[in-house]
Amino acid sequence: MANILLEMRDITKTFPGVKALQNVSLEVEPGEVHAICGENGAGKSTLMKVLSGVYPHGSYDGSILFEGREMNFRTLRDSEAEGIVIIHQELALSPYLSIAENIFLNNEVKGRFGLIDWNKANQEAKKLLARVGLNENPTTKIRDIGVGKQQLVEIAKALSKRVKLLILDEPTAALNDEDSDHLLDLILHLKGQGITSIIISHKLNEIKKVADRVTVIRDGKAIETIAKTDVTEDRIIKDMVGRDLEHRYPDHTPHIGEEVLRVEDWTVHHPQDPSRVVVDNVDLTVRAGEIVGIAGLMGAGRTEFAMSVFGRSYGTRISGKIFKNGKEIRIRNVAEAIDNGIAYATEDRKYYGLNLIEDIKRNISVASLKKLSSGGLVNDGEEFKVANQYRKEMNIKAPNVLVPTGKLSGGNQQKVVLSKWIYSAPDVLILDEPTRGIDVGAKYEIYTIINRLAAEGKAIIVISSELPELIGICDRIYALSEGRITGELPIEKATPEALIKLMTMEAPR
Amino acid sequence: MSEPTTRPPSIPTDAPPVNRFTSALAHVVTDLGRNGIFVALIAVVVLFSITTSGVLLRPQNISNLIVQNGYILVLAIGMVFIIVAGHIDLSVGSVAAFIGAISGVLVSPLYLGLPWWAAIVISLLVGAVVGAWQGFWVAFVGIPAFIVTLAGMLIFRGLALVALGNQNIGSFPAEYRALGNGFLSFLEVPYGARGHIDLITLAAGALAIIGIVVQSLRTRRGRQSYAQEVEPLGWFLLKMALAVFGIGAFTFALAQAKGLPITLIVLAALVLIYGIIQNRSVFGRHVYAIGGNRHAAELSGIKTRQVDFWLFVNMGTLAALAGLIFTARLNLAGPKAGDGFELEAISAAFIGGAAVQGGVGTIGGAIIGGLIIGVLNNGMSLMGIGIEWQQAVKGLVLLLAVAFDVFNKRRSGGR
Repeated sequence: MANILLEMRDITKTFPGVKALQNVSLEVEPGEVHAICGENGAGKSTLMKVLSGVYPHGSYDGSILFEGREMNFRTLRDSEAEGIVIIHQELALSPYLSIAENIFLNNEVKGRFGLIDWNKANQEAKKLLARVGLNENPTTKIRDIGVGKQQLVEIAKALSKRVKLLILDEPTAALNDEDSDHLLDLILHLKGQGITSIIISHKLNEIKKVADRVTVIRDGKAIETIAKTDVTEDRIIKDMVGRDLEHRYPDHTPHIGEEVLRVEDWTVHHPQDPSRVVVDNVDLTVRAGEIVGIAGLMGAGRTEFAMSVFGRSYGTRISGKIFKNGKEIRIRNVAEAIDNGIAYATEDRKYYGLNLIEDIKRNISVASLKKLSSGGLVNDGEEFKVANQYRKEMNIKAPNVLVPTGKLSGGNQQKVVLSKWIYSAPDVLILDEPTRGIDVGAKYEIYTIINRLAAEGKAIIVISSELPELIGICDRIYALSEGRITGELPIEKATPEALIKLMTMEAPR
Repeated sequence: MSEPTTRPPSIPTDAPPVNRFTSALAHVVTDLGRNGIFVALIAVVVLFSITTSGVLLRPQNISNLIVQNGYILVLAIGMVFIIVAGHIDLSVGSVAAFIGAISGVLVSPLYLGLPWWAAIVISLLVGAVVGAWQGFWVAFVGIPAFIVTLAGMLIFRGLALVALGNQNIGSFPAEYRALGNGFLSFLEVPYGARGHIDLITLAAGALAIIGIVVQSLRTRRGRQSYAQEVEPLGWFLLKMALAVFGIGAFTFALAQAKGLPITLIVLAALVLIYGIIQNRSVFGRHVYAIGGNRHAAELSGIKTRQVDFWLFVNMGTLAALAGLIFTARLNLAGPKAGDGFELEAISAAFIGGAAVQGGVGTIGGAIIGGLIIGVLNNGMSLMGIGIEWQQAVKGLVLLLAVAFDVFNKRRSGGR
């Protein structure tokens, strides 16, 4: 028993109509980093919610043993009292409170008369921050630090609770490569201090980097636990999707035609701070049937470029020219961009892409109501037909098109966003992080859709943080650094090394 | 807390129903849950019919119910759109008072003495201008509607007093007064022991019944032709029978009283027009899209500012109409007119299922919410309950209605 810290035995959890977990067992040894991977909806988060008491004892079958004792957690507090701390994908920090206030939230450092001793709290916070390698003043407000640092604050908060088992739910999903690396190093560092971690992740390369063992979950069942020495990406992928994935990227033979979109001298200033140049003299072209990538680190101005081209939906003091099929066009707002055959699928589905309380049907039609209406009245039946057609064509997994998009998985939400823009019949499709937060199987489907669109002669721009993805699907890649194009590589020359060099290049002034 | 992306799909249809009966039953249960507000209205009506020993449902009282609550319902229609788009309008009571005062000045023989129709048209236009004023600040300057309309509440109450010159204006021409307390009744024939019944009203009722039956059948057939799921036939027929009975009994009661209230005709026209705007128009879709996710709506090419602006113009116009109806009914434009209207209209929308965060709400719901408030007012007055307790009860009903809604959403696994 001594070499097992946590044992979850035969956990079964059902929701109305769905078996989310079926007899899942998991063993975690002390001092290891244990990765859990699986597609979205496979049951990873549910398992962690069972473990942390979010789903109270009694709402599931099976048992949990921690340090050899049986645990019956009824709330998050119960599990935290035992030293099990979960850090959710969407961080639970209060943006207007300071780092120290967040660290000791609901766990305040009490001084005399039960009042908070701020000096001591800040001092303690400073020590905790040093342990996670974050050099910030504890009185800095959370909203003033980046997501990467916020993640570290979450870990510092966990440390303040004398954590024994740290659970990280997709910790690097919102981080850039540099921050991700730092975080992964930290996990290994904490392991050296005897803190055991469970890390839920989609990213196979980082699993390989930090995990001692990997447990793969598929459709609510634990498929297998693989020791570090036996871990290969192919094996994990096979376990996750339940089939061999020969190639992670579908074959694509480009048929490139005439130039469709050309952007010249495109310069954009920051909306709140107009003296700051966010996009600097960018020139870019896309041709019919071509898939063009934009590579760049976070903050390089990729999204800012795309959104400013898409009807000036970002930035101020925008200057430059846009040519469509060789003719200069003027686009003042999103409606005009859509009228000119430009579509932009956002990187942030929940905030910019979907109306989550509305159904699939209305989310697909919302950008094309003109097409579906006459005399200002929408043709309901036609709308239903169109939505249903896309549901089948794009393989959106939902019983019908009247399901609210908030209930869909990330991959299916992304398919709704794509359907919306494909239905708007664009000539140019800008896809910003089209596969972010999506599982491997759904990614492949999205790539196939992108290829099909290119084959239909659409000009496609893909923005992505994942270089293998860009290299896997694009015909040509631009590298962006500090708002400037630092290079343009045909696919034959696009290696990760070459791209990273361009992406981190100090932009020539 | 829990992110939808990794939540297992809790869509009921994953578990296929055992047989047709249970599936039909499940439908009825969810439908009742969704239309809990309707059940609540029936419950309130039944309750007060008992406590008032049937006085509530007497023809004359039903007629009063409509005339007394007409202006709240008019406001509720505009308010529901405002709330769906994620705003609020606190100024409608003051605007109604302001327009009432203006119309008094316009139509009263002691002042300008304009013809009644001219006074009405001008008043509505002024209402639209007031709405445009508020819409400008909300949509184009970007000040939260709560602040803009809180200011408007003070501004237009003050302007109402200015227009009135600190005195009441009354004694309006009959045509103008008809808007608030007029009735259509031409063909009264003797009925029962000692009464009359109005054939025009009955004809209007019959027309409404035919309209509803035809429309529901068409919708159902339309859905079927696009292979959409439709509700079980039995339930569909039962609901239709209930609607037919309700409208029949209602118009029968009105026919026995004074006839068809002009206010009701105006209201019916508004419900029809705005119902189409809500359900079928591009503008209506844009309102819901904005309320559900403003950023996503903007990035879908919706001109959110324009939509916001026109919503407030619309609200101003409807507030003007409510002010006209109220002034006409009282035959008096006074400084206290419209006091608290905004709260009743907002309550009606929320009791009717509108969501504070926006994106959710229907005209039908708001109308029923308004009727619940109306029945509460009327029933408690008939019982002789004092105004102080009436206030308290209405507040409690609002709280419970929204709590029920929240509970319902949580159970169905919504946000």
